[in-house]
Formats: sequence, C-alpha cells, structure tokens
Amino acid sequence: MHAIIHFASNLMRGDATHKNVFAFNGGVHPLDHKAESTTRAISKLAIPESLTLPLRQHVGYIPKVKVQVGDHVLKGQMLAEAEGTVSAAIHAPTSGIVSAINEQVIPHPSGLPDTCITITPDGKDSWQQLHPIDWRNTDKKALVDSLRASGIVGLGGATFPTHIKLHTNGKSNIHTLVINAAECEPYITCDDMLMRERADEVVRGIEIVQHLLGAEKCIVGVEDNKPQAASAMTSACISNDIIVKVVPTLYPSGDARRLIHLLLAIEIPNDKRSTDVGIQVFNVATVLAIYRYFVFGEPSISRIVTVTGNVAQPQNFEVLFGTPLQSLITAAGGAKKDTTHFIMGGPMMGFDLPKSPVPITKAANCIIAAAPNLFPTPPPAMPCIRCARCADACPVNLQPQELYWFSKSDDFEKASDYNLFDCIECGCCTYVCPSDIPLVQYYRYAKSEIIVADKAKEAADLARERNDFRLARIEREKLERAQKHAERAQVGKSDIKASEASTPEVSPENKVSSPHAGSTVSAATDKQAAIAAAIARAKAQKLAATPTTAPSAEPVDKQALIAAAIARARAAKLAATQAGLAPKNIDGVSAAVQTEINETDAIREKAKSSVEPKILD
Amino acid sequence: MNRSPYITDAPTVSTIMLKVLLALVPGIMAYTWIYGGGILVSLTLATSTAIIAEAALLKIRQRPIRPYLMDMSAVVTAWLLALALPPLAPWWLVVVGTLFAIVIAKQLYGGLGYNPFNPAMVGYAVLLISFPLIMTKWPAPLLLAEHPLGFMDQLHFIFNNVLPNEIKVDAITSATPLDYLKTQLMLKQTVASITATPIFGMFGAKGGEVVSGAYLLGGLYLLQQRIISWHLPTAFLAVLTTISLMFYIADSAHFANPLFHLMSGASMLCAFFIITDPVSGPTTPKGKLYFAAGVGLLTYLIRAYGGYPDGVAFAVLLMNMCVPLIDALTQPRVFGHEK
Repeated sequence: MHAIIHFASNLMRGDATHKNVFAFNGGVHPLDHKAESTTRAISKLAIPESLTLPLRQHVGYIPKVKVQVGDHVLKGQMLAEAEGTVSAAIHAPTSGIVSAINEQVIPHPSGLPDTCITITPDGKDSWQQLHPIDWRNTDKKALVDSLRASGIVGLGGATFPTHIKLHTNGKSNIHTLVINAAECEPYITCDDMLMRERADEVVRGIEIVQHLLGAEKCIVGVEDNKPQAASAMTSACISNDIIVKVVPTLYPSGDARRLIHLLLAIEIPNDKRSTDVGIQVFNVATVLAIYRYFVFGEPSISRIVTVTGNVAQPQNFEVLFGTPLQSLITAAGGAKKDTTHFIMGGPMMGFDLPKSPVPITKAANCIIAAAPNLFPTPPPAMPCIRCARCADACPVNLQPQELYWFSKSDDFEKASDYNLFDCIECGCCTYVCPSDIPLVQYYRYAKSEIIVADKAKEAADLARERNDFRLARIEREKLERAQKHAERAQVGKSDIKASEASTPEVSPENKVSSPHAGSTVSAATDKQAAIAAAIARAKAQKLAATPTTAPSAEPVDKQALIAAAIARARAAKLAATQAGLAPKNIDGVSAAVQTEINETDAIREKAKSSVEPKILD
Repeated sequence: MNRSPYITDAPTVSTIMLKVLLALVPGIMAYTWIYGGGILVSLTLATSTAIIAEAALLKIRQRPIRPYLMDMSAVVTAWLLALALPPLAPWWLVVVGTLFAIVIAKQLYGGLGYNPFNPAMVGYAVLLISFPLIMTKWPAPLLLAEHPLGFMDQLHFIFNNVLPNEIKVDAITSATPLDYLKTQLMLKQTVASITATPIFGMFGAKGGEVVSGAYLLGGLYLLQQRIISWHLPTAFLAVLTTISLMFYIADSAHFANPLFHLMSGASMLCAFFIITDPVSGPTTPKGKLYFAAGVGLLTYLIRAYGGYPDGVAFAVLLMNMCVPLIDALTQPRVFGHEK
C-alpha cells in the first residue's frame, strides 16, 4: 500500500524524475532568486579600516586569545588558538595592530555581544611566514592535527570545526565522501560562483579530503539550477573518478541527510551519524579552504559571501573575516532606500542581523538586504485547519500540525513522542502553511523548553540522591555517637575528655559557624547561581540556534552542538539546584547536623567552582 | 532574533475556501437547471444566516470578527448544508440547520480549526432526525414534474408554504430514488422493476445524476488545484464501488449497481466536498485512506440496511469520531526511523 501511496503522491506532485537520484518525501520549490547575484564575477573586497573578529565564529568552545592590545600582527598570524576538542583558531586577516579586545555585538540570532578582537590594518597586508605542507608525503594524522591550527570550519553555514570531521583515529571506516554543493536555499550563490570560477581548486581540495579520509568513493551533489557550476565541476573531475551528480532543485536537498539519500539512497538512522555508516559530508567552500591551507599554508581568513536582495548590485565577494557589514553593502552598490534590515543566511533558515554594526564571520554565507516587498510581514496567524500541507512538505516526514498542537499547549512529552527533535528547522512547514502559523518558532520554543526541563529533572534527581545520602549519613553518625557514648560509659570518667576532643562533629571550630551566617552565604550563592544559570541558558539557546543558519548543517555538527548546549544547561542547572538546596530554616539544629550542613556547603562550593569555567565560556 | 522562514508560498485559508466555493458552482448550476431557482434562495438564506451567526458568536467569544469572516469557512458550511437539503426546504429549516452547524457544531467547539465534526453534516443530521418527513420529501426534477413550479412559485412555497392553486404538496414531491429503492425493496420488488420507474435516470436519479456529474467536475478542479488530496475521494469512491459491486454481483435483484450508488444521493458531494473538510478529517496519508474507506463502507451499509435512505451524513459523523484514533495509528515512518 505504501508503494501505491508513494507513486500516486509523486504523480500528483508532478515532480521531474532524475536518473539515479533517490527522492525524499516533502520539500518545497521556492523562487530561487539566484540569477540576481550571479551576473557578476566574485570580486575581492578591499581591506577595510578596521576588522572585528568575534572569538565565537564556530560551534564549540571559544578559542584562547594569544595576543594583547597593541601587538602588531601579520596576515595569517594566529590570534586565538583552539581550546578543547571542539574549537577553532582565529587568524589575523591582514597585518596591523590589535587595537581592542572587548565585547561587541556579533552577528548571531541572540543579538548579544561577545568577545571580539579588533585589528586596525597597517595597509601593508604582509603575510607571516607561510608553511605549505606536502600532503601526499605526510602522515595523515599529522595532517589532520595540523588542521587544528587552520581555523577552518564548515563554511556551508554550520561552522563545525573541520579538523574533527577528519579525525579517523588511525583507521578510517569512511568509504564515501559526499561534497555538498546543492546550495538549496534561495538567494545564496556563493558556492555556485565558487564552483564556476574555482572548480579546479575545489577538486584539488576534494582529493586531499578523500586522501585524508581514505574514502574510495566521492560524489558531488549539485542542484540542477546551477548548470554552469555543475559543468565546471564535471570538467574539473575529468581526470579522476569523482562523480558529479545533478540533483533536482528542491529545498532542502542541501541538508546532509537529505543529500545523502538523494545521492546514495541511504537513509541515515535518526540516532546515528553519517560517519557511522561510512559517509562524511563536506561543503565545497570548506574543501577549497583545506586545499589553500595545505598547498599555500593559508589559514582561514576569508570567505565568499553573497550580497543580494534589496541592494543596487547583488554580487559575490571574497571578504576578509571581521569586515564590517556596511563595507560589504557599500561594495554591492549600497542598500536601496526601503531596506528595513539585513538577513544573514537564506530566507528559509537565516536570521535578522542586529541593527548595530556587525562583522562578517565564518558563518556568513549570504547577506540579504530585506525590504517589505521582498519579505512582506506575514498576516496574523489563523487557526490551524489541519490541512496537512506542512506534513506533505516536511522532508523528515514529521507531522508538523501535531507538533504545533503539542508545542502550543506545552505538551512537550507528546511533542517528543512525535519526534520533535528530528525536526531540522528547515522552515518548509511554515512556508506552505495557509494559516501563516510560524510553526518553526513553536518548535524552537518547545525544543529549548524540553532541554531545560530535562536537565532540571536530572539535577533534581541528583539532589534527591544527595539528600538521601545525607540523611543516611546523619543516621549512621547518630548510631556511631550512641555507640561511643556507650563505650564511654564503660570507660572511666578520666577518659571522657580525650574521647570528646577526638570527635570532629562537636569540635569548637564547627560550633562557631552560626546558622545565620550559613543562610546568608547560601542566599548569595542562590542568587549567583540563578544568574549564572540564566546566562548559561541564554548561551545554550543561542548556541543551539547556531547550526540552523543553513540546511547543510551536518549531523555531527548538530549533535555536538546539542551536546554542548546540554552541557551548559546541565552545569547551570546543577549550580542552581545545589544552591536551591541550601537550608532555609536551620535554627535549633544539633551540632552534628550543622556540621553536616557545613560539609555540604563545602562540597557545593567545590562543585560550583568546578562548573564555573564551563558556564563562563 | 530568528524568525525564519521569511518567505511563504501558500494559498491563504480564504483562497482555499473560495476555490471550494468556486468548485461548487457547476453543481449549483446543474441543480438550478434540474430543480429550479429555489436552491438559490436556500443558498442565500444559509449564507446570510451563517455569516450573521458566525459574526455574533465571534463577538460573544471576543474574537476578531473580520479576519474570521473573511476566511469564508462559514460560507462553505452554509453552501454544503443548503445543497444537501431538499430543494424546496422551508426557510426555517435552512435557518435552523445553518444555525446548528455554525453555532453548536463550529463556534461552541472553538471555531475554525477546532470542530471535531463536520459542521454541515451535524446540521444535516439534526434536521434529518428532527424533521424526517420534510427531509425525505424531494420535489421531482422540473422535467418530470406534473406542475413545474416557476421561481416565484418556489419562493412563495419556501417562505409561506403556499403552492399555486390546485396543486397539492404531494403532487410536487416524492421520495428520492434512494428512498424509493429502499421502500420498494422492502415490498419485495426487484431492483430492475423499481429502476424502471421514471424517477430513475441512466445511472442514478433522473436529473440528480446530472448534479452529481457536476460535483465530480468541481471535485476534479479541486484536485487539479491541490486544494484537496487525492486520497479521500479515491478511497471513498473505490470502496463504495467495490462493496456495491460485490453485493450487486451476488444478488443483482436486491442490490443496486455500483454506478447507481456513485451517482445517487450525496455520493459525489461527499467524495469531493464533505469528507475533504480538513478540520474534521485525518491528516496522515494512510489515515485519509482509512477514513474515506470507512465513510464509503458505512454509507453503503446505511443505504442498504439502515433506517435512512442516504447514509453520507451519519457515515461522516461516525468516522469523524474515529479521526483521533486513525491519526494516532497511522503516523508515517519518520525519516531515519525504523517502522
């Protein structure tokens, strides 16, 4: 029966059938608006007057700053080094003086400020000593390790540190390398232009990555609305066995799992990563960056950015990281008068940039000048009429109308049962909703609520365990004391004093800490922890939103990201719950109980200080 | 802030409803041709009642009136109910049915999107149970009528229950073919002899089958426009055909042929306009098939064995009750999940 339904549905959809392409369910066909920005070649943007480099330009831990204000740096010099496993370095995009290291507004959905390094270029643009690597004759592990210093992250928008995706732990089980050149989001053309103009370099990069992964097979997936890019890639691949496969234009075919299905007819299980089944996915621009790093020794200091929408001359630019958005807009002929704001990313998954000046970062694949005629304000949402257009459009085969219902009524358990966390936030459901319901917003909300609640529950369970343990200990100590008392009664009166001195529970030191002092401390801890928790939660949410800037978010990125967000939320919740445990009414407690409280306080402080650094990053 | 996607490409609820109304136009034209202009009076009555009731209830419920009236869903309900009623239904019947559909079945459940039952079918069922005599007496098509009524006569009859001189009510109305078939079969007549009477046409009721054909046409337009999904009409019509064919083959003397079932009563209206109400129907593709198949099965069983001549309204309402269960049991396999 399933086959019949599938066949009839396809018949009704009238989708063009492509040879050797394995369609997934759902997807939408928005107007691609790619022609506007592909009439001009990629042009290199001049060095601006100042470059602002946020430390947070990737998924993972923020790198450690290696320079000080006033330092002179050379182009390509490392400014901050990767710290922790999932992290990426930051390099100077040009030579100049480090003029500030402070908090500035960064291009992020949260709109919150974060630490940035500001460089005032000296105009010389002089490179530091570059160290190209002979990748064919170097140990693979050494090559991958060296990538840690390259600052290269996934340039499709996911910004997951690249060196981690190439770690094969000695023996690789990756048999297929998939190059994501689908670029399915409307307006974005940076990968398209990159392939048209630099296909040869891209293919060199693919060869390097294929070598590093030991993958026997490589497939490049390009949507059929980029015929020039596809043919450029095909001719560049003439001398090797890389396959360039043209897939039908259907958003979100650039989502890694969807693309793998399209190209290989493999459905990655929801609880596994593509690498678990021997497939690794890289974006074309990332591959090119890897090529430039090994062959020329150039770290990641620039990227191709599409500037389009309501600007006079939509075009792609090669932009140094840290370049002010405004310089880029000016280079594209300036924003037209009715421009309301700028969007980073595509119209399906992008986000509004803050009004204040922001720099171009590694995640910035596209900047769209928004105007009411391009992106009209949707009318007020009407009730869901259960038409299930969203379900037809969902590339994950979810039931968005049910998820909406559960999210709206805060029935998060049901939402999870209906696989809310499989949602890739591609926006297809909102795109087709006749009632103009901002469905994806509901899912983002429900996801963040569930993550926070899960962590709170975990912390509460932990607290209960600790409390049970504490009560058991008090009981045990009471028994021990009674026993000692009995022993003392048997021993002579002269021994009592010595026995008392050796009992830590009633030592004078412990008696000193009054219940009053204890409660003040705990109140302060309470508040601090609450603030820390709030900050951490905000950061976790902020972080959780990062990979959604492009559907090319690869599975590994998403999961690492969620894990990172969870870790933060957990740390924060732990601190909050522990602080919340502080006894409020401890008048007239026995000395033994007081001691216990003091001990718990000490443990709590220790625990808190151990989680603090995580909260701060 | 992340409020993507920024673009949409969907017909609005109003557009969807307007297209449904547009798709009903051929049916209404055929209806007018066959039964006279009285239906236009019913439609007008139902529409105005629906709009006034909807506006009043929105006001009481303190909801914005304009956007909800503009969604046109009340008008769709009104038209479907009016088309389901006998052509010369008295004005108060139309008003009572519409009021019940809009006030009780729709607004009291929470308005658009929240009604578990198809409002038009609730209105119809209430009228059928409360006023069975009026509801089962249909006037003969104009071409068969002994005394064809003009538009003014029909109007006069609808509002004042008065017919021109010397014409009695019984002279212009009769049982519908479905009804007639049922009563005659109980009187031990055979299908062949029953269908030989003049009220039967080529497939179904004489005249009525033309209206059914017009509904089919409108339904195909809705399919082409992707306003309705193919699952519902296909499953409904397939099941109705299959079952009636099975009974017909087994005992053609006592069971009407499939074409009769397809072209009689509310079959076509049901297939394309009634079970396709998204609010009270299932949402999963498989669920739609089961739901529509259930309606088809129940429709046939009520027609063949039930106490009412046509079973569409009750079949739809009974299946509406099963929708939450159907949806829960027919969840499609999520990408990357095992079944």
